[in-house]
Amino acid sequence: MPTLVFELFVTGRTRQSQAAIQNLRAYFAEIPEVEYELTIVDVLEQPDRAEERHILATPTLIRLLPMPSLRIIGDLSAREIVWQTIGLLSSGDAPGTTRNIEEPNHD
Amino acid sequence: MTDVALGLPKLLTGIPGFDSITNGGLPLHRTSLLSGTAGSAKTVFGCQFLASGIEQFGQSGVFVTFEEPPVDIRRNMRGFGWDIEAWEAAGKWAFVDVSPQLTDDTVIGGEYDLGALLARMENAVRKVGAQRLVMDSLGAVFTQIAQSKIVRNEMLRITTALKKLGVTSILTAERTEEFGAIARYGIEEFVTDNVVVLRNILDDEKRRRTMEILKFRGTDHQKGEYPFTIHPRDGIIVLPLSALELKQQSTDLRITSGNQVLDDMCGGGFFRDSVILVSGATGTGKTLTVTQFVNGGAAIGERCLLFAFEESREQLFRNARGWGLDFHELEKSGCLRVICRYPEVAGLEDHLVSMKAEIDEFKPNRVAVDSLSALERVGNSKGFREFVIGLTSFIKHHEMAGLFTATTPTLLGGASVTEAHISTITDSILLLRYVEMYGVMRRGMTVLKMRGSMHDKEIREVSIDSAGMHIGSPFRNVSGILAGVPVHASEREIARLNDLFGQ
Repeated sequence: MPTLVFELFVTGRTRQSQAAIQNLRAYFAEIPEVEYELTIVDVLEQPDRAEERHILATPTLIRLLPMPSLRIIGDLSAREIVWQTIGLLSSGDAPGTTRNIEEPNHD
Repeated sequence: MTDVALGLPKLLTGIPGFDSITNGGLPLHRTSLLSGTAGSAKTVFGCQFLASGIEQFGQSGVFVTFEEPPVDIRRNMRGFGWDIEAWEAAGKWAFVDVSPQLTDDTVIGGEYDLGALLARMENAVRKVGAQRLVMDSLGAVFTQIAQSKIVRNEMLRITTALKKLGVTSILTAERTEEFGAIARYGIEEFVTDNVVVLRNILDDEKRRRTMEILKFRGTDHQKGEYPFTIHPRDGIIVLPLSALELKQQSTDLRITSGNQVLDDMCGGGFFRDSVILVSGATGTGKTLTVTQFVNGGAAIGERCLLFAFEESREQLFRNARGWGLDFHELEKSGCLRVICRYPEVAGLEDHLVSMKAEIDEFKPNRVAVDSLSALERVGNSKGFREFVIGLTSFIKHHEMAGLFTATTPTLLGGASVTEAHISTITDSILLLRYVEMYGVMRRGMTVLKMRGSMHDKEIREVSIDSAGMHIGSPFRNVSGILAGVPVHASEREIARLNDLFGQ
């Protein structure tokens, strides 16, 4: 059972929806040791699910586990906020550190 | 005059009076902005728009709430007799609940739009086959979504989508002042071409609700503010008073005033569908005139509804007994209903609504109001005039006779505010006046105006005793009665005055 469980609400194949999915997958690609479960809900196909969860904006990411549940609205491009909010960083680590490690790969 | 000929088609809302001031309802398949300050009844209006659709036209509705949770709305609207829960179960009403949730912490992490909201709204509209939709309120959207650019773009997208779905909708918005900008966020006007403003004005220490159609692009409507009231059972009732048409029929049928001499003075009695104003100082015989009017009707089996705003039931009944009439018996026989109310218990709009309801229920031949001037204190002069117009046209429309009394503030002569405001509205005016002669107070009566008929022009002496009112002979050689300064003139004096002017 993964410790991180997410639900991501998107609207069809809009640019922001696609960006949210890609951004989230990219973040987890950087930390392959972390197990997570992600359900993508298209509100156009499952509007009742959006009703149940009171979703207003898309994309909306809900972290269902661990408790308490949290929400991030937007295409998840704000890396710092996303990492902090869903707790991918252990305390003391700054998101900048992670980025520095990546940088040599780009050279 | 059809609305289609003048522009866009409209959807009858079923809200009493509203369809009249909008010349046929809200623009069909459009979104109308309903703007008002806190407590101006925006949510009630929205709910009634949907409830009327279900009850009167078999049209389903969707309520998108950004503010109050559905459970509160269901409970608050039950008082109006709207069983929202039952309508939801029957698939006639659907909520889209966007009210603030206490559950999750939320942060913004990138670009977004309100695609989920639109998807949920479209889903709800399709589910119940809605033709009406309400979004309440725009201000509450801003408390959840701070960026006005996003809200503006998304609201535009939503109203466009609603038009495509064939839904006629209302978007409510808050105003901070009664007479300032239409709404507070400056984007509302871009979202919709149609603006209705609700006001709840504190005027002369009294609350007065009004409604104004500010604009309907591409179609016509009535201009200006119209008073409305929120009836505890029926919800919002707009009083389109100034929009009333003068289309009452008039007949030559005469009815008795209950006093033979007065009938003769009026040229054979009052007209059946006319409104008569009886003006006089306190104690000149106004209530007695009303009592006679009731009795005259009852004698020939006509029913009379008496609204009393000055005296209690007991007082009225005792007075009548003093003049040899038994109101108890008349009530028992069904010829009379007496309704006593303090003028201050309600606003003028509420009085009008409840009086109309009483008239509709009792279906009288005659309506008497004693006194109309007691109601002056309740509202401002414009409101009072509108009230009188509303009541008189209602009475005439139902082919009833109305007898209103007005109390003059001074004992001798003088005109009351009531007269000044409504003398042109009434068909006939009877003046009752004190006449001071040689240290004795006597009473005089004259028919000042009798629309469409010859009438007696003299001022006659009136005496009142245990058998009622007796109208006697005219005052001769007295002038200045109506001015309040009666002057007794001898024949010689008149001759002398004539000589003076002859020179």
